[in-house]
Amino acid sequence: MEHLTLDLQLLNAFAALLLLLSFAMLSQRRIVSLVNLLALQGALLCAATLLLAWRTGEQHLYFSALLTLALKVVFLPWLLHRLIRRLGVYWDTEPLLNVPFTMLVGVLVVVFAFGLAQPIAELASTATRNAIGIAIAVILLAFLTMITRRKAMSQVVGFLSMENGLFFGAMSATYGMPMIVELGIALDVLVAMLVLGVFFFQIREQFDSLDLHHLETLKEDQ
Amino acid sequence: MEFVLLIALPVLGALTLAFLGARREAPEINAAFSLGTFIAACGLTTRVISEGELLIGREQFFIDPFNVFLVTLTAFVGWTTSLFSRPYMRIEREHGRVSPGQLRLFHSMYQLFNATMLIALTTNNLGLLWVAMEAATLSTVLLVTLYRTPASLEAGWKYFILCGVGIAQALFGTILLYFAAEKVLGSEGVSALLWTHLNGVKDQLEPAVLGLAFVFLLVGYGTKVGLAPLHNWLPDAHAEGPTPISAVLSGLLLNVAIYAVVRCKVLVEGALDSTLPSRMLMGFGLFSVVLAAFLLWRQRDIKRLFAYSSIEHMGIITFAFGMGGAVANFAALLHMTVHSLTKSAIFFAVGHAAQKAGTQVMDDIRGLITISPTVGWGLMIGSLAILGVPPFGVFASEFLILTTAMRQEPWATPILLISLGIAFAAIFGRLQPMVFGETTARRLPHQPAMLPVFAHLALVLMLGLFIPPYLADWYRAAARLIGGD
Repeated sequence: MEHLTLDLQLLNAFAALLLLLSFAMLSQRRIVSLVNLLALQGALLCAATLLLAWRTGEQHLYFSALLTLALKVVFLPWLLHRLIRRLGVYWDTEPLLNVPFTMLVGVLVVVFAFGLAQPIAELASTATRNAIGIAIAVILLAFLTMITRRKAMSQVVGFLSMENGLFFGAMSATYGMPMIVELGIALDVLVAMLVLGVFFFQIREQFDSLDLHHLETLKEDQ
Repeated sequence: MEFVLLIALPVLGALTLAFLGARREAPEINAAFSLGTFIAACGLTTRVISEGELLIGREQFFIDPFNVFLVTLTAFVGWTTSLFSRPYMRIEREHGRVSPGQLRLFHSMYQLFNATMLIALTTNNLGLLWVAMEAATLSTVLLVTLYRTPASLEAGWKYFILCGVGIAQALFGTILLYFAAEKVLGSEGVSALLWTHLNGVKDQLEPAVLGLAFVFLLVGYGTKVGLAPLHNWLPDAHAEGPTPISAVLSGLLLNVAIYAVVRCKVLVEGALDSTLPSRMLMGFGLFSVVLAAFLLWRQRDIKRLFAYSSIEHMGIITFAFGMGGAVANFAALLHMTVHSLTKSAIFFAVGHAAQKAGTQVMDDIRGLITISPTVGWGLMIGSLAILGVPPFGVFASEFLILTTAMRQEPWATPILLISLGIAFAAIFGRLQPMVFGETTARRLPHQPAMLPVFAHLALVLMLGLFIPPYLADWYRAAARLIGGD
């Protein structure tokens, strides 16, 4: 096995931790903890970006690390915590699948993700190419989180975690997207969360709850 | 200059109406901004016709024959819809369904939505295309939930989350595309995401990565096109939002999403040297046509009925782009134009009909011809046009698509024909009593704004009988650009 430098080992450790956090989110039912896990994921992402920026000397990576810090570690978790307090949603109800089974599906998803990443990783010239599989796994696990949850709030956390996975994927495959695109994406995520904030209050005003089973009346044949 | 106006006017309009949107004259301001945008689009078009392709703003934006006609179409329908929404939203306000604050939100977001679509159409940067498509969703989510009814909240939530997840797939596809392009074009600057640059080197891009990228891009943008089985958000969002929004969602946003898919297809096909992208487009397209045709039978809500009809037509267009070649591309572009004009006209008429009947349930809408002859005839003629009755433009494009299918993909022709027949029977059977049935309702007290409806239908009729030579040239140039030989 080839010898890895310390910074690369550290980067791989960050990637592994990201994956671990995704599994933690998959099983976590307390919404406050879910948001904390999301913030932790953001912090790891920020640290990984900083390390990569230092390693490669790419200026724009410093900037995107800053953006990650501001948006995903500070602002969005703050906004979500505020929403949780104002709306009083602390627990998700029993997920649609039980936790052990979900974890099992999660493991299969990870295997699939690494299979999918194989051809891309072979072509990648970046030092972080081994992490591409992890990025895809994070995306798919976030997707699984969204599918198995009932509360609107947990689905949103899943959505943001998916965005984290996409960001990590872009970073490990190509050292990040061009600056203008990254700014645009960050803006979209920010606006999406603000729209959601408004939206949650509308749902709550109407149904007195954020449980999505209220939102299952429109069917194909109405 | 025209281009700056084209993007700046709707943005400025959104800002202005964010402050003035609740005033009495707000609908006029809204229409004025949309008219300005349309004039700028016309100016841009004449310039592109005389000078050829344009690259603007450090190559971040570009205008070529493919997108310029969509820009004009978008600006035109944006303008006529703003004219329609003038009386429509006023009546909604008198009925107490929207408050002044909601009206302000509506006007401001309407302009913003137009701006995002125009940016998506004109940007050369595939990353910005993604950003603009997501922004288009975000600017309409709160419009779908404008009435705050339980059903509209559900529709808004579905729209947000399904399109959000869908478009996240498209982002991954874009990342993969950038990954492949960066090897050829280098990561210096941002040229690796510029479509014109990518198009120049598309045969050098790594096929394995591009194939994978296309799957993600198609699923992502396909969700916004409303391709089955990713269509779930579409009927809900169309049915529960205010009618002007249904008209622009169906007439414009779906077109913009198809535009994104086709742009990606051109790149991938050049790199892949296989028929995989075409096969995928044809498969998704055909499945959407068949599924929509059957689901049309089970609809009871008039706006949902026409939303499913939109899915059907998007399927036809996707199928035609999948077949490729000069004629099929030409027909698909024509079909995009006529569908957009006809479907928005239908939604205008439906809006007035539902407003009068006080319901969107088709069983409760009866005898439109006695309540208001113009609305009745508008709905009737519009529906006949969308069903592909000659001599309307939809007939011409569907005829071209079917004859091309007979030659290139004979197996698909019977499926398409049967689906079109089923859709015809479903819509026409519903329509007949709504327009000609017995009614006890009195005549409409106010004059409905039917001018946009008949203007659209007249254009569709013209396109069916005679396509002006410059327009035909333009379609042909666009069809060539997409890959017709």
